[in-house]
Amino acid sequence: MQVKHIGLNEIRGSLVVLKNIKNAFYDEVVEFSTNFGEKRLGKVVELSEEYTIVQMFEGTEEISLSNTETSFTGEPFILPLSKEILGRTFDGVARPADGLGPVFFDKKMNINGKAMNPTARNYPRSFIQTGISSIDCLTTLIRGQKLPIFSENGLSHDKLVVQIASQSKILEGSNKDFCIVLAALGVKHDVANFFKSHLEKTGAIERSVMFINTFSDPVAERIITPRCALTAAEYLAFEHDMHVLVIMTDITSYAEALREISSSKQEIPSRKGFPGYLYSDLASLYERAGMIKTSKGSITQIPILTMPNGDITHPIPDLTGYITEGQIVLEKKLMHNVYPPVSILSSLSRLMKDGIGEGLTRSDHLDLASQIFSSYSRVQEIRSLASIIGEDELSNTDKLYMKFGKEFENKFLNQDEQENRNINESLDIAWKILKILPIEALDRLSPKTIEENLQNIKNEN
Amino acid sequence: MNPTCLYGINGPVVTIKNTPSFKMREMVYVGKEKLTGEVIAVKHDLTIIQVYEDTSGLKIGEPVVPSGSSMKITLAPGIIGNIFDGIGRPLKAIQEISGAFITRGLTPDTVDMEKKWNVRILSNAGEKAYPGKIIGESTETPLVKNRIMIPPNISGTIKNIVENGKYSCRDILAQVITQNGKIENIGLIQTWQIRKNRPYKNRLALDQPLITGQRIIDTLFPLAKGGTAAIPGGFGTGKTMTQHQLAKWSNADIIIYIGCGERGNEMTQVLEDFSKLIDPKSGESLMNRTVLIANTSNMPVAAREASIYTGVTIAEYYRDMGYHVAIMADSTSRWAEALREISGRLEEMPAEEGFPAYLPSKISEFYERAGYVKSLNGLDGSVSIIGAVSPQGGDFSEPVTQNTKRFIRCFWALDKNLAYSRHYPAINWTDSYSEYADILSNWYSLNVDKDFLNIRKNIINILNEEKGLADIVKLVGIDVLPDEQKLVLEIAQVIKTGFLQQNAYHSHDSFMPITKQIKILKIIILLYEKCKTICCCSVSLSQIKETKIFNEVCKIKYQEDLDYSAIINKINSLEFL
Repeated sequence: MQVKHIGLNEIRGSLVVLKNIKNAFYDEVVEFSTNFGEKRLGKVVELSEEYTIVQMFEGTEEISLSNTETSFTGEPFILPLSKEILGRTFDGVARPADGLGPVFFDKKMNINGKAMNPTARNYPRSFIQTGISSIDCLTTLIRGQKLPIFSENGLSHDKLVVQIASQSKILEGSNKDFCIVLAALGVKHDVANFFKSHLEKTGAIERSVMFINTFSDPVAERIITPRCALTAAEYLAFEHDMHVLVIMTDITSYAEALREISSSKQEIPSRKGFPGYLYSDLASLYERAGMIKTSKGSITQIPILTMPNGDITHPIPDLTGYITEGQIVLEKKLMHNVYPPVSILSSLSRLMKDGIGEGLTRSDHLDLASQIFSSYSRVQEIRSLASIIGEDELSNTDKLYMKFGKEFENKFLNQDEQENRNINESLDIAWKILKILPIEALDRLSPKTIEENLQNIKNEN
Repeated sequence: MNPTCLYGINGPVVTIKNTPSFKMREMVYVGKEKLTGEVIAVKHDLTIIQVYEDTSGLKIGEPVVPSGSSMKITLAPGIIGNIFDGIGRPLKAIQEISGAFITRGLTPDTVDMEKKWNVRILSNAGEKAYPGKIIGESTETPLVKNRIMIPPNISGTIKNIVENGKYSCRDILAQVITQNGKIENIGLIQTWQIRKNRPYKNRLALDQPLITGQRIIDTLFPLAKGGTAAIPGGFGTGKTMTQHQLAKWSNADIIIYIGCGERGNEMTQVLEDFSKLIDPKSGESLMNRTVLIANTSNMPVAAREASIYTGVTIAEYYRDMGYHVAIMADSTSRWAEALREISGRLEEMPAEEGFPAYLPSKISEFYERAGYVKSLNGLDGSVSIIGAVSPQGGDFSEPVTQNTKRFIRCFWALDKNLAYSRHYPAINWTDSYSEYADILSNWYSLNVDKDFLNIRKNIINILNEEKGLADIVKLVGIDVLPDEQKLVLEIAQVIKTGFLQQNAYHSHDSFMPITKQIKILKIIILLYEKCKTICCCSVSLSQIKETKIFNEVCKIKYQEDLDYSAIINKINSLEFL
């Protein structure tokens, strides 16, 4: 039988303190019912023999020490799941938000999940073609990878993610078991709508699950939302062998929510006021991507974060970069002329090398990518030289590099929002642009590869 | 009230009340599920415990049981080739019990206790038994002989000992009567407290290099066996890649790879790759000399703190058998952050950036466990420690990097700009240093080349000169420089692409023996000297460049045989231009 406790002992931000509670346990879900007819949820975050501290997900507004009854549910946060969740929309704490009623579940899972055993993981190796040249050629996305997008306010990261979601496919095997889980963490209403309407337009909504926490929703809910989404993803991937693409936006608001709660718990802050466990906490989300040997499914994560003031050394992008398997960085400099504005030199995909090459994409892919990185980084040096001595004073080779840089940005990086280039097209465009440079400058490619590919291009022309 | 009941829970930190009998650093079992924990503070009325597993679901009043001793790890044959979590539990066995996801409260044996090992006995009854004495051996893997030692805390006389034969870790191999008449059983297995150094006879001078096959390390910034090195670098600069390369190719006998708060997929990759890779010297799988310790970033943070000590303790165990062990700790920053997180929960007064004030002493304790020693049984062995550091924002002035720098003697600084232009390994040649270079000079002149130090000095000079010139070029362009200086830039470029840059994925380039490295360096120096003389005699640099000699020298690293006469002839014929 559930015991109701009348009244509270203290309210501190989103935390409430109760005294003399018997039998509560750590991480237990707590229900509050107020005398104005509202029900709110919370969970136990700290307890001792004398007091129990509960964090309220929906905030403590209008709560007083006397107007609330508390009951302990005897369960940790559990998500009811079945395949029915596909096509549904939920709020930040997984309550249906589409008016279609509760989910009939066939399994209940704890939203905190458990750590994957490294011995049971399958190392990700299959290439996902996104149809976007800069990603496919240079920062290849691999099934089971966690590859975040580091963006800034005002950049087109939402458009890019929608394009990736609608164009992604695996070259070999079937693509029908593909689905999308979207976790919106503290986004603007119109951003949430943008995702929804786009998924509807492409028909992908049937294969999507959405968990939406907007800016106006309570901060404490934001901590729960990504965990619900990832639990749903784990269910679909490992119980139903589906390939799940998890999009989480915006990790920055998530981390800020964490900071807000941490400071209301009076914890000792570390860098920029963020709690010392920000790394472990972010890792507990990101590490839930991957594949396991006992299931055919996979979880691929694309978290989006907006770098405060474009600062890549800010704790949020910094710690994220240390956990995720690479990053796709968008930059403001390219924003007006190039879509997607990917800054390729600071972008990286750590799993790329094992997922490309002969039999996977094309034999020249790895060397070609390495050549582009090295040539384009030379372009940056020459550009900074040109800004001092003027373009006219550059040597002839350097002028060719300037031309290469321009062509590369306009023809390779730049593409249409609906343009879906296959990997061969993308690699061929890269070769055509590399032709601008003198052959001696192509030091990362073997003479044989150069000859074969330049020949191919000539034949086409 | 039962005195050993849970009183408070705050994440991984739990407290119990009125328990003066609990010892500092004692291992305890918490709750009904018997989660492993460790006492980290004892106050008058309160004992504080850190729990190595997820604490959700724990209730006030659940029992806490002391184990009577501090954190221990089982040391026995079967460790090599295995993968453990931060407190030494075998992950493969955990997978068999709990499936793909790790559940808590599991305590499988560290090694397979039933497996029978072929034991060859090397002692007789009646012999004196001193700590570390080797009484027998078994073949743990094709690469490692496990020498069965008398544990460090036992000495006396061997009362009886078994014959050669097959024994498991449960069997008693010998009995020792100690001075005060007590009988101690000796088996294949022994246990050791992870936070305590294993004793040795004395430390030896570090005069042998750990050869890694990585050109920039072996020639420019060498590490001695028994030495300490740090690899700091922001994300994406290739810390893990460098660690993997060292684990694959260095000439240590045993590699302990500690994945401390890093990615799960990386550990899987090491498991897969190392099983497939063949050790060039012995023709055996690399996994046969490797031990993995995995505390991935989503595993409990308290176990992350312990993982480092677990790794070092295993390393010392094999050091005592006379092996050269190299530890790769990736990354020590995550370990320091684990310290910070626990310290925060204890509400200790923070020092820099929230790190506890005892951070430097903890870091030094860890690195001081490295060394080249004569062990208690007279065998020479070493533990080298290579720690990756992940500085926040790639800024080397943060506390973990700075404090690490004080206790290591070899610093391989990874550079973001090199990594951006895909120059790997992205070790910056101006910021990095090795204090071992001088100590090892004898070894190099005896075993590699008597000119080695001169050549190394020349290379460093050229790189330094280039750095100065590059700054000028950035301002005024390259055309205004005289040919001599342009030549320095050209040669520096050859050193960078033809020597320092090394392709880990290229079958021949991934590892290069030191003898070959010195040959290539000599060719580069020859090229430089030759060009310098002919540049003075009216041959212009652009003429030399037209012969493509610079490009060719850059590519000799890919040449498989050791016959460089063609390229040397070509360099010598430059003067006939």
